[in-house]
Amino acid sequence: MAGRFKPVNIAGPVALLLMALLVVAPLLALWSQAEGAAGLSVPDWSAIRFTLFQAVLSAGISVLLAIPAARALARRQFRGRAALITLLGAPFLLPVIVAVLGILAVWGRAGIMSRGLEVFGSGPISVYGLTGILLAHVFFNLPLVTRLILQGWAGIPAEHFRLAAQLDMRPDDIFRRLEWPMLKGVLPGAFLLVFLLSITSFAVALALGGGPKATTIELAIYQALRFDFNLGRAALLGLVQFGICAVVVLASLKLSRQTDFGATLGVPVQRFDARGGWRLWQDRIVLLGVSLFLGAPLVAVLLRGVPGLVNLPASLWPAMGNSLLISLGSALLALVLALMLAGFIDRLRARQARGASIVEGIALSTLALSPFVLGTGLFILLYPVANPFALALPVTTLVNAAMSLPIALRALLPAFAANRRSLGLLADSLGMSGWSRFRLFLWPAIRKPAGFATGLAAALSMGDLGVITLFAPPEVETLPLLMYRLMGAYRMEDAASVALVLVAVTLALFWLFDRGGRLGHHT
Amino acid sequence: MKRSLLTAALVSLAGIAAAETPTLTVYAYDSFVSDWGPGPAVELAFEEVCDCDLQFVGAGDGAALLSRLRLEGGRSDADVVLGLDTSLMATAKETGLFAPHNGVPEGLSLPIEWTDDTFLPFDWGYFAFVYDRRRLENPPTSFAELIGSDTSIIIQDPRSSTPGLGLLMWMKTVYGDKAGAAWAKLSPQIVTVTKGWSEAYGMFLEGEADMVLSYTTSPAYHLIVEVDDSKAAAIFDEGQYMQIEVAAKLAGSKHPELADRFLDFMLTDAFQSLIPTNNWMYPARTPETGLPEGFDAPVSPDKALSVPVDEVPALREQALAEWLAALSR
Repeated sequence: MAGRFKPVNIAGPVALLLMALLVVAPLLALWSQAEGAAGLSVPDWSAIRFTLFQAVLSAGISVLLAIPAARALARRQFRGRAALITLLGAPFLLPVIVAVLGILAVWGRAGIMSRGLEVFGSGPISVYGLTGILLAHVFFNLPLVTRLILQGWAGIPAEHFRLAAQLDMRPDDIFRRLEWPMLKGVLPGAFLLVFLLSITSFAVALALGGGPKATTIELAIYQALRFDFNLGRAALLGLVQFGICAVVVLASLKLSRQTDFGATLGVPVQRFDARGGWRLWQDRIVLLGVSLFLGAPLVAVLLRGVPGLVNLPASLWPAMGNSLLISLGSALLALVLALMLAGFIDRLRARQARGASIVEGIALSTLALSPFVLGTGLFILLYPVANPFALALPVTTLVNAAMSLPIALRALLPAFAANRRSLGLLADSLGMSGWSRFRLFLWPAIRKPAGFATGLAAALSMGDLGVITLFAPPEVETLPLLMYRLMGAYRMEDAASVALVLVAVTLALFWLFDRGGRLGHHT
Repeated sequence: MKRSLLTAALVSLAGIAAAETPTLTVYAYDSFVSDWGPGPAVELAFEEVCDCDLQFVGAGDGAALLSRLRLEGGRSDADVVLGLDTSLMATAKETGLFAPHNGVPEGLSLPIEWTDDTFLPFDWGYFAFVYDRRRLENPPTSFAELIGSDTSIIIQDPRSSTPGLGLLMWMKTVYGDKAGAAWAKLSPQIVTVTKGWSEAYGMFLEGEADMVLSYTTSPAYHLIVEVDDSKAAAIFDEGQYMQIEVAAKLAGSKHPELADRFLDFMLTDAFQSLIPTNNWMYPARTPETGLPEGFDAPVSPDKALSVPVDEVPALREQALAEWLAALSR
């Protein structure tokens, strides 16, 4: 480049080393601890079977239901369409335990659905166990997959449909020639994504799993650590879980094409083949069904929680303090790590593309390490030297930061690259480096994605109910943990009020950072 | 800035004040320390006489208490643990975390003679399935009638909860080698397995199942507090399993003398009179005021089942494996 000596930027390598340590050290701890374990027992195998079984069902049902929902959204234009698409994005930020509370209110023994079915002489639904787990997973993933498929539909050029109409193609032909090829491209990736999310959704299994029949691997790890004090078994199960996740992540990386999240979803395509008749009614029913399925639990929480807002439990405030500490701490940690790594990867990419991808791969490896497995590893690692219960908050912060890192990195890297192309040479020629270069050249360009990523990380961390359950002594609570404990004591009204506060804080955090990144930003 | 300095000063002053009166930390199960349990009243009563600060720490259900102590090992802040039971005693003793007590006081009102040198009993009771008369008109009168019927039940996980473990030993006592098969047949009737007693009982009250595993004395709570006689405990022909709840001093306690005083206090009237109508169990030493309504002996002594303490660990391991295998099918 300019041919003069440049100080080696150590921030990136340091961040990379930290990341690698954070992934490798817990895995080694699991490995060494698992050696002492006496192989997998019968209940362990049944937990593994159940985990895979429910994940296949969750992914299958989500994908199957998402196809008609996405098709209806793609070919219909109606008032509230934009609102519905926004609603489809909501579950991503919604804390899992809040959704579980809503699902219990709607589908539980005393819920609307069970009472409705009793009118028809059918017994109440037993929501604990497989049924509840599937309901929760479909609740979270149906919207996600619908949006993914909707992008696929939006990606079919409108001209194709017009041409098909001119050729007088029947709906079956259109499906076969236009829609099926698109679905074939989108569905496997969507299936694997839901499969992975369903394997690692600890909070759902914790709250809705019913006994040994509905125990996932992560729940079995929790039981091994908290009930049986069996570190070896926890470690062994942790390795099994890591193995399964790694296979799924590798498979989906192989499948995935770069999805363009900026693709337009706004304009429905004119569909001459489905103008009226039963197809219209089919679409209406599908959309109504999806809206009710997603909306009812949220409304139920709202109705149950509002009266209690005037008399919130006193334990809310310390829990909120802990939650904010974890959330802000992990979001900022994720941002700093992501900035260091993104800069490093970006500089490498300019010189050595292969090295850049390797570094990026290491940074993304936390995807295969479920937060729960990472937490288990840290637990085993820390146990000999410190009281794990005293470290609940810092460990949760660290794990949540590691989990948000891939998202932050994905959001930041394109902005780094664009900035290098547009202003990099100018900054070089001015000889700017270090803080002033960051402040004057880089920061304005990456503010927006940085704000978005930080907001997302803070929101996800706020709603997380995972690792904290491994470490938290009963006197330490976060908002989701407080909710879970209130639900355990069957104080559902209080739980619903806390849920509303939790959702409000979660959304406020996201909005604050996202907005902060955009303020005064005119691009 | 000024304010934060002031706060810091206040906090450190409070710290000094706290250092003068010793703090006795007692780990107990959730329902004991909750606002409606005996914890708050016990705290007041003991602090009146001890010149100390008594702190209860709730740690899940009984079996989870032991797990927590094992995880914390010698690092634990606990001085006393209150809420293990006869099914856990042998396992607990093996950990070496507990210290011997000063001797068993006279006049205990337990159904058996107490000789253990480490653990002291504080209350006892019989496990039973509790139901609502209005919803279940013909409750089962035996395991034989319950198993295979269409009566739905909620039970607790034997790995985290002492009632859950009690049921495991109860079934094992009744069915012996055939316990696994009995569990397999009972399995479809189990609505869910909860981590602790509180969750299970709450779900039962909300109508999620016909019966819940609890105690013969649970209906007395509804009778006395809620003036509601709709709840009843099913008495089984095979007998009821007996539970004695115990407390012990931690070997690593920083206040061993205070811990001993607490254990002595535990078996005085001041503590024991709080047990029946706050913990809804039989006191380990009947207070002078006697027992309230609903506490008549429900079970003749020949129907009181139990497994000798030192035989529990081996039996538990076997029964737990059967339970897991039967219920994970």
